[in-house]
Amino acid sequence: MNTADTLTLYGAGLRSRLLLGTARYPSPAILTEAVQAGGTGLVTVSLRRESAGERAGQGFWSIIRDMGVRVLPNTAGCHSVKEAVTTAHMAREVFGTPWVKLEIIGEDDTLQPDVFALVDAARILGEEGFEVFPYTTEDLIAAERLLEAGCRVLMPWGSPIGSGRGLNNLFGLTALRARFPEVPLIIDAGIGVPSHAAQALELGFDAVLINTAVSQAVDPARMAGAFAQAVAAGREAYLAGPMEPRDMAVPSTPLIGKAFLG
Amino acid sequence: MRATVVGAGVAGLACAVELAERGLTVEVLERTRRLGSGCCSWYAGGMLAPWCELESAEPLIATLGAESLAWWRAKFPGTVLAGSLVIAHGRDSGELKHFARRTERFEWLEGEAIAALEPDLAGRFEKALYFREEGHLDPRAALAALAERLTSLGGRIRFGAVAPHESERREAGVLIDCTGLAARDVLTDLRGVKGEMLVVRLSDISLSRPVRVLHPRVPVYIVPRGDGHYMIGATMIESDQATRISARSMLELLGAAYALHPAFGEAEIVEIGTGVRPAFPDNLPKLRRRGDTLYVNGLFRHGFLVAPALARRTADWLLEGREAPEVMQ
Repeated sequence: MNTADTLTLYGAGLRSRLLLGTARYPSPAILTEAVQAGGTGLVTVSLRRESAGERAGQGFWSIIRDMGVRVLPNTAGCHSVKEAVTTAHMAREVFGTPWVKLEIIGEDDTLQPDVFALVDAARILGEEGFEVFPYTTEDLIAAERLLEAGCRVLMPWGSPIGSGRGLNNLFGLTALRARFPEVPLIIDAGIGVPSHAAQALELGFDAVLINTAVSQAVDPARMAGAFAQAVAAGREAYLAGPMEPRDMAVPSTPLIGKAFLG
Repeated sequence: MRATVVGAGVAGLACAVELAERGLTVEVLERTRRLGSGCCSWYAGGMLAPWCELESAEPLIATLGAESLAWWRAKFPGTVLAGSLVIAHGRDSGELKHFARRTERFEWLEGEAIAALEPDLAGRFEKALYFREEGHLDPRAALAALAERLTSLGGRIRFGAVAPHESERREAGVLIDCTGLAARDVLTDLRGVKGEMLVVRLSDISLSRPVRVLHPRVPVYIVPRGDGHYMIGATMIESDQATRISARSMLELLGAAYALHPAFGEAEIVEIGTGVRPAFPDNLPKLRRRGDTLYVNGLFRHGFLVAPALARRTADWLLEGREAPEVMQ
């Protein structure tokens, strides 16, 4: 494997292209095992506002800190610009990082991002010195506006959060990749099984963020390991340059020179 | 032989009763002035559901839980053995399959069989999981019954006390600390997981057993408490502050109950409660010795489910020197 192939996000190099969310694990101990088994270097942590108070969520936070990986706090569950900005401020205080995964939910059923609010919040947070990782759709114009607002990483969805449906809109995602070849793009949400993750990396996406598919597996640590292999395979395949699909069969053995058995 | 148990939650009282039944003179010290005030046991669901809990817990919880179920039936006549029902709304039916994949000792029920068990749910759900062997109890009645049993065995509870006086330390005998999160200065890997619950009253419908309503984001259970009372619980928030219930949590709890049956929309809200469960990183309970004190802690959301099994192991360890590696490592 190419050891020089490092993922760089806001100037920080990451050893793995598998990012893990930390919600809904059976226990923090199992979460820790999964993070180790997945070899992940970055975890997202959702901050409930009430846990951010003095010492309130310290037990859980200290377990996360002890993992020795980078932490990307997120604003999960926020529905408005104001709420997301407030949560980002708290996250900076609790985790001491300018990084924030900006998530603003536009609709509760699909948990679809509200890209309008996202752009506003990204601009505000960018001006305040945050390094923003916006959870967005595959929409090209939304992506453009987010980059204009100062984002240097985008996190498009594969499919709705927790749905496990993989890459829903392949055409749109491929177009996004082609349009912004230099921007790190991380598929966030909707990955259900390792083959989805491999596919994302094969298409040239820079990383995947997985939560439910690992945390709700019967054996989360083992599933994290499976994802790590898929991500590595997908990345290698991308770097190796996959063949183009064709409409017609093309024999892999040339016919010229084949023995004529009659 | 004497024993002093600190903390009159379910862990403390179960230990006290178990030790008293094995012939020890037991005193329980409780920092508050009244049984149940300020302990998370007071806000428990009281579901004795070892196999349902496998959905998110390690197999050890099912083992300890099955053992405890028998203990409760023997010690507390209020223990109801009517099974538990697990349902999901049509669009969340994948959650039922997921639940079934991770649990055991259930049967699949369809519409008519669901109606036979819970007539008021007739026609509302197409499929359910029925855990026939599970039970439930009213945690507050159960705590009171344990306190009474302790008294009848010659033990006592001293309220407003946190530790034996220095002068009494010698007579206090073995010291067993069951103070939950208050022990975190010694058990530094303990953390708090906040839970919020409601008690409502309604007479339009009745349920005979705990019903778990599965949902990808907001799983909720409803436990009948008799006399038209139902406990609706419980959130799980990584926080050790039991100061308040948020509007969102209340919406979620009530929304799930209302979706189970619209009659819950007319229910009277009798109580709003919050507590903080003590948990170790693996969310499993532990017995630990520190100096001359034995700690029984980390019962997490499984207090009533596992306390008797832990009490037995505590007594086995103290009286027979028999260790229980499954809860001591």
